[in-house]
Amino acid sequence: MMDKYTKLQMTGIYAAVTVFLIFILLPFFEMFMASLRPLEHLFRSPYQFWSDDFSFQAYRDMWDTVPLLGRYIINSVFIASAVTGLTMIFVVPAAYAYARLNFPFKNGSLAIFLGVNMFTGAVLLIPLYRVLRSMGLLNTYWAMIVPGVAFLIPQGIWLLRSYLEKIPRELEEAAFVDGASRLYTLRRVVLPLATPGLIVVGTAVFIGAYAQQFLFAITFNQQRELQPLPAGLFEFIGYQDVTWNQMMAAALTGILPVMVIFLFLQKYLVAGLTAGAVKE
Amino acid sequence: MTEISQALPSGSAMPRTKTLSEAVFAWLLIGPAMLFIAVIVAWPLAETIRLSFMDAGLGGEEYVGLANYQELVESRKFHQTIIRTFYWMFLSVALKLVLGLIGATLLNAAVPGRGLFRVLVMPPWIIPMAIGMFGWLWLYNGYFGILSGTLMTLGITDGPFEFLAYKQSAFYSAVVADVWVGTPMVTLFFLAAMQGVSRDLYEAAWVDGAGRWYRFRRITIPQIMPVIVSMSLLSAIFTFNSFEIIWILTEGGPRGATTTLIVDTYKTAISNFKFGEGSARAVIIVILLGIFALLYLNVLKFVNRKYGTK
Repeated sequence: MMDKYTKLQMTGIYAAVTVFLIFILLPFFEMFMASLRPLEHLFRSPYQFWSDDFSFQAYRDMWDTVPLLGRYIINSVFIASAVTGLTMIFVVPAAYAYARLNFPFKNGSLAIFLGVNMFTGAVLLIPLYRVLRSMGLLNTYWAMIVPGVAFLIPQGIWLLRSYLEKIPRELEEAAFVDGASRLYTLRRVVLPLATPGLIVVGTAVFIGAYAQQFLFAITFNQQRELQPLPAGLFEFIGYQDVTWNQMMAAALTGILPVMVIFLFLQKYLVAGLTAGAVKE
Repeated sequence: MTEISQALPSGSAMPRTKTLSEAVFAWLLIGPAMLFIAVIVAWPLAETIRLSFMDAGLGGEEYVGLANYQELVESRKFHQTIIRTFYWMFLSVALKLVLGLIGATLLNAAVPGRGLFRVLVMPPWIIPMAIGMFGWLWLYNGYFGILSGTLMTLGITDGPFEFLAYKQSAFYSAVVADVWVGTPMVTLFFLAAMQGVSRDLYEAAWVDGAGRWYRFRRITIPQIMPVIVSMSLLSAIFTFNSFEIIWILTEGGPRGATTTLIVDTYKTAISNFKFGEGSARAVIIVILLGIFALLYLNVLKFVNRKYGTK
């Protein structure tokens, strides 16, 4: 009853939603349209919203113009996966400790982790460059993976902690009473129960890792074969004769992997990502 | 059983075990993450502070005391950059919050199709920022972009309008692109908070004859206030630090019109190899962000007390 809307109100809501979504989706629509335009179409005057010679040719040609395109996409997925795997290895034990255990300097150390959230790599690039150089990691995949992991650990701990707190303690206590060690309980009792949470946090970290590749890649890596997609494509934008339609086709193709992952997991992802914001 | 429960320290539900004390075990679990952060974040941070007192470049380092800072304090250009950064941050965050609130309210309305709307709102948040910016680069193009194209077709402008070529329009164009990136996250957090508000409150108000707007103002807003505060400060930090958006759209130009502190730092240190001067800028950013974090914690405390979260 309370939620009933009049016809007029319904129309208003849908109209407002449409305007909102146009703002959000306009760049994607524009990229898609651009990818369909033949190159000579671009300088046609007056401006044409649509013409008969739109085609999907750019989606074929882009593999020749950007010979490493496939490589870039694979690099992106590989770097994001490696970052996610490593981050979770650090995050899972730490998040468990913050969710369940009492220990000295608990709040202080958590504050330090969260403090890291305030920096972007941009502030620390100079010394980070030196650290990576002294480790011999420049111009390798590691140069993009290692800083990526560091800046995602705090977020991961924060998200997973709120997830673990929701798992009832009784099961762990039962295991303890039966004489199980702490590590055994963590591995055999807590982790299986936390699987949905691990998936959510893992996905969130993956998306973060996929999104943040640009800065570290353009700063710490000069090897073209190792570049992730955003950095690889950015290089082409500086060229004299940018084949824009192919660039846009390549960009859209490159974001397909995350979009697919996201579509499958979006329901859990939203719940997980916003879990920290909503107090139970 | 009774022995164990007697041995429990009061307040802790977890029994002590034979193997490891709780504190040692906890630090073993946290240690690796802490160590990693120390090497990749804390040590470089200390190094940044050290370098800020140096005249450092590709050649070598020389201690110069506060010279780098003094230069910044006296530089009018740097003052303008700070003012611009804050203007950029406040404008962008305000827009994100307003749009986020509107968006969340719309998505929270009980109309058919809202599940689909929620999915369609997310892409700017999900994809690499850089890729989204390629799209905006195109939108803002005077010859190719649909914005300029529409303006020309409607006869509002005579010829192509390059959004990123003029100081004013470039700045506001960058703000719009930044708002575009940040709005989905704000919207979804607000939405989650709104869905957490108890229905009883609304029903009680409704029974008393309260209208929608009244319920929004007197129930929704106070109930989600803690989330509004934490989101405003989180997005303030993100916006302050926002680098890729500006770098890809304008590289800080035209003539410095979109140069924020973070872009200025990158240009000084990485593009021009002035490590010392760049580090001094980075330290100023860290100090400003530190002040922000303190503000954040205090405001959050105040809000939690005032609106009493459960």
